[in-house]
Amino acid sequence: MKLVFLIPAFPLLGALSLIFFGRKLKEPLAGYIATAAVGLSFIFSVVVWIKFLGFSGNVFVDHLFVWINTGSFKVDAALRVDPLSLTMVLFVTGVSTLIHFYSVEYMHKDIDFPKFFLYLNLFVTSMIILVLGNNMLLTFVGWEGVGVCSYFLISFWHERPSAASAGKKAMIVNRIADVGFLLSMFLVIHYVHSLNYSAIFAAGPSLAKTTVDAIVLLAFVGAMGKSAQVPLYGWLADAMEGPTPVSALIHAATMVTAGVYLMVRLSPLLALSPDVAHIITIIGILTAFMAAMSATAQDDIKKVLAYSTVSQLGYMFVGVGTGAYAAAIFLMVTHAFYKALLFLSSGSVIHGMHDEQNLKKMGALKVVMPITAVAFFTGWMAIAGVPPFAGFWSKGDVLVGAFSESWLVWIIGLFTAGITSYYMGREYCLAFLGKARWISESSKGKKKSSKKEDHGHVVDPHEPSFKMMIPVVTLAILALVGGLLNLPFASSLKFLDKFLTPVIAASPSYFHPSAVNQIALGVLDAVFAIGGGLIAYFIWSKTYEKPALEFTLFKNAWYIDKTGDVAIARTSTKLAEVTDNVIEPKVIDGAVIGLSKLVLAVGILVRKMASGFVRREALVIAGGLVALIIIGGLRGGL
Amino acid sequence: MTQSSLPFLTVIVLLPIIGGIVLAFLPVDRLAKYLGIALSTVSGILALIVMLLFKTGDAKYQFVTNHSWVSSLGIGWHFGVDGISLFLMEMVALIFPIILIATNDKSKNNTYSAWLLILEGACFGSFLSMDLFGFFLFFELTLIPAYFLIIGWGGKDRSRAALKFFLYTLFGSAFLFASMVILVVIHQNQTGVFTFDITKLVHTKLSYPTQVLLFLGFSAAFVVKTPIFPFHTWSPKAYSEAPTSGSISLASIMAKLGTYGLLRFDLNFFPQASYRLAPLLLTLGVIGIVYGAIVAAVQKDFKKLVAFSSLSHLGFVAIGIFAFSTIAMNGTILQMFNHGVLTAAMFLIIGMILDRTKTIDISKLSGLQKAAPVLSGAMIVVILASLGLPGTNGFIGEFLILSGAFIGHRWWAVVALTGVILSAVYLLWAYQRAFHKKAENSTSIIKDMTLKEKLYIAPLILLIFFIGFFPSTMLNKISPSVNSLIHHVRTANHLSSQTAFSSKPTDSTGYRTIQAVTGDKSGQKIVTAQVPTDRTNNSPYRSAVSVNKNTQIKTGNAK
Repeated sequence: MKLVFLIPAFPLLGALSLIFFGRKLKEPLAGYIATAAVGLSFIFSVVVWIKFLGFSGNVFVDHLFVWINTGSFKVDAALRVDPLSLTMVLFVTGVSTLIHFYSVEYMHKDIDFPKFFLYLNLFVTSMIILVLGNNMLLTFVGWEGVGVCSYFLISFWHERPSAASAGKKAMIVNRIADVGFLLSMFLVIHYVHSLNYSAIFAAGPSLAKTTVDAIVLLAFVGAMGKSAQVPLYGWLADAMEGPTPVSALIHAATMVTAGVYLMVRLSPLLALSPDVAHIITIIGILTAFMAAMSATAQDDIKKVLAYSTVSQLGYMFVGVGTGAYAAAIFLMVTHAFYKALLFLSSGSVIHGMHDEQNLKKMGALKVVMPITAVAFFTGWMAIAGVPPFAGFWSKGDVLVGAFSESWLVWIIGLFTAGITSYYMGREYCLAFLGKARWISESSKGKKKSSKKEDHGHVVDPHEPSFKMMIPVVTLAILALVGGLLNLPFASSLKFLDKFLTPVIAASPSYFHPSAVNQIALGVLDAVFAIGGGLIAYFIWSKTYEKPALEFTLFKNAWYIDKTGDVAIARTSTKLAEVTDNVIEPKVIDGAVIGLSKLVLAVGILVRKMASGFVRREALVIAGGLVALIIIGGLRGGL
Repeated sequence: MTQSSLPFLTVIVLLPIIGGIVLAFLPVDRLAKYLGIALSTVSGILALIVMLLFKTGDAKYQFVTNHSWVSSLGIGWHFGVDGISLFLMEMVALIFPIILIATNDKSKNNTYSAWLLILEGACFGSFLSMDLFGFFLFFELTLIPAYFLIIGWGGKDRSRAALKFFLYTLFGSAFLFASMVILVVIHQNQTGVFTFDITKLVHTKLSYPTQVLLFLGFSAAFVVKTPIFPFHTWSPKAYSEAPTSGSISLASIMAKLGTYGLLRFDLNFFPQASYRLAPLLLTLGVIGIVYGAIVAAVQKDFKKLVAFSSLSHLGFVAIGIFAFSTIAMNGTILQMFNHGVLTAAMFLIIGMILDRTKTIDISKLSGLQKAAPVLSGAMIVVILASLGLPGTNGFIGEFLILSGAFIGHRWWAVVALTGVILSAVYLLWAYQRAFHKKAENSTSIIKDMTLKEKLYIAPLILLIFFIGFFPSTMLNKISPSVNSLIHHVRTANHLSSQTAFSSKPTDSTGYRTIQAVTGDKSGQKIVTAQVPTDRTNNSPYRSAVSVNKNTQIKTGNAK
């Protein structure tokens, strides 16, 4: 297990080699090097995992070096191998490898091809540090690292002003939330004197309850930013300005789940703070519902998925808040599979449609892109929670947790599951079924001639290349069978639960419904999932314009972001301008000038000093001082 | 090597000054140019040797040279370096050669290099002097080369900017001079010895009102020099009118003379006044952080943006000084060095942009990233470091300052944290405006960094990451002196060192370390966890460390 440092080392090496040789390596070698680096990282994650299975303890810590040491306060750079970090690192590196491979083809002919893979590798390195860090500060390093990579990648096509702004917005919103994370660490430093997770958990029970509450709540504020919870979710929709593989990797499968990871990591503290857990549940279910509603009215193929991701993250927090930590992680892993699948298939669609992202301009793509259509369909089934797809099992676990906590939360969760199936169905139907709206869009006559060229300017949808299909198909299979990780039928089949048990706080005792309840809940889940899907099918396979079902409120995502923009961004810019134009020159400098005028009442003298006097005198002073110093030095020192 | 064998510090201080004078009278410009670089590099290398020979774990002054200078006035040629001044010296040693290499293709090169060298020597002298009068001399001497650099090679409105800078700082120094003399006279009355020796003056007993007055007198000079809000109004103009070399000297080096003065003199001489007046300075620091960031956001002139951003960042340094926490003060010393590196890098890159596009008006720049990817890459690294991204030097400093301040001065730290958000706003916004978007005509054809530019910016970029990942290499040398200074202040105020988690490793109290040696085939590995002594067995969760029957358990105290 000493090999654990290799897991972040490979992508780091990949990134470094791309920094120095990226522009010489060019296409596609740079992409393959990056893919290989992450692939090796995945292989070593598996190796470490296998070793860990034969390991007798529950936590293995590899100390690399002393990072910060002020005498009284010490932070080590140390990696923590335990079931939670292993689960995270396995799916992160696994999904990353697939998406890297997909990107080699997707980013074909981009002028900044090597740079793209440089950022991707840096991202994976940071993400690994985030989950393997043995203390909060190291987690924070990864946390900010993934944030800045996300900034780079969202604004990857920075010549487009909207992309540049979206990247900046993501960074700033996350910074606001990070203040919570930082304050949480400050409290830990103050009361625990160490940021090591083991020390924090050990000290937890002896801390005052309000302290624990504050630590966990502030950490959750950080998590709300990174995992795009209400009201900080606007940035994730804007983040879709980035290339689609980035959306798949960062803004769906991995980075945005970091908040969930953090809260599960802190679950031994969270278990001591039921009040904060309730807050988390409320924010989670609210986010799940509001984002799902927003997803029903989006026209952009990626924005539907973006709000869907926000909604799913809300579900994960419901799991965290209700103490169903393993369920949250289970949902996180399966979500990574099916949401990456959905993004990559929509990437194939966008690629095939020559960068068209508007669903209203698609339709009937099933005919020309049958495999992609099947893949997307699989994703739909999985996210909707239709049995036996992965989402059925994982979302089911979370809803069981919600059921044990409160009727209201459970009902909203169930209803939202139906909505989820509905909006994904709408998306599927608009893109793949119905009439082809792109034929009429493309200029007539040219259509036939363009078939000879793959990359003509005329819309000519086609299946992506074989290479792009490999990751898509792999993810589709995972989305289908992902439930096997944690089947509820017998405790021996709950692999993930059992694996994670030693490092997460025990779930509350009421979180063990009777067999009858469990089956009833499962059936209800399935009914809502299939029902939502069928409604979507009957409406949207026939039409593509139904304004009555696309509310402006949802289209604008409840106006939360716009309100924030007007209330905060605009007013603070005004404030800054007033400060710069009035307060700085008139008040502060004005006071100085006034004072100087008062002191030097003989203003004429100042004028005279201004030109010749100061310069001459200064030279004389300089000469005198220098002479004095040199004499002193010669007399004394030399 | 013993300390008396070579008067390192004397040479480090005098070499640039004497060299500067020689250069001023050299008729050949080219020779002056290379000689200037050579002299500052030699001084720099000597300073580097001092750092390598510097004994870690020693709080006292090292490399001390002490001779009488003006014996009738008790002024000594007295130099020494400790953990507080060591890296400030290194900062001077690092940045002046870079300035000289980067900017010395000016007209009148001999005088240009001469002023820079004299400035370098004066900065060395200020940081290293253990004699109060010596400090004052060097401190004032810095003013003159800086003034002439602005006057001689500055922008359009340079004379007004230089005058304002000169008069403003001179005004502050008047208070310093008066207070200094009063302090020395009081010391003479108490001991009968008239001396400017810092190590002796520390023992002067002062009544609290006297302390307050002298504290304010000393601080007047330092808050102007730094600058600390609201004494900053000379700086935006001076930074923007000065040539690149002048901006760097002012912002990255001379600003530290102010914060160094606060640390070295105010805290040592007037510990009680410093402690009781700390809320005032903390408040000014916090206002500076927020105010500087807000005003920086709407600046159009890149250099003025850096001026206000500096005001904001130096607010953190002020907080670190007056929080009286060892964590925060370690962070402050580190952050002073970091700020030097980052501001220098920032101004150098702005200088490159100015050379190419003839403007540093942010609203007139666009699309630089496409046109000059390497330059933009360097810029974004510097920006990320100054907004405190983990993995860079800026983060370590800010984090230590804020987490240390949080312990004793919670609400100041909380307000200061908004600086973390605001710095991201103004820096990324500026970057977006100047570097993103499509390149427009004037900026679309600029050259990327030349080899020379890459070479002189590289050490700064490397340091950003090196300190980000291995700050302990520096903190080990810094912390003993810092801890002893904090101890000095706390004992003078009759505070126990324990109260604010300051000098003792408190994590040993009440905790027991459990080490589980595990029999993994690939070798034994020790799993360590700290557990409160009374709760080892009955914790309600199983995560901290699970020990099963196959593991051996060793218990012992934490280090």
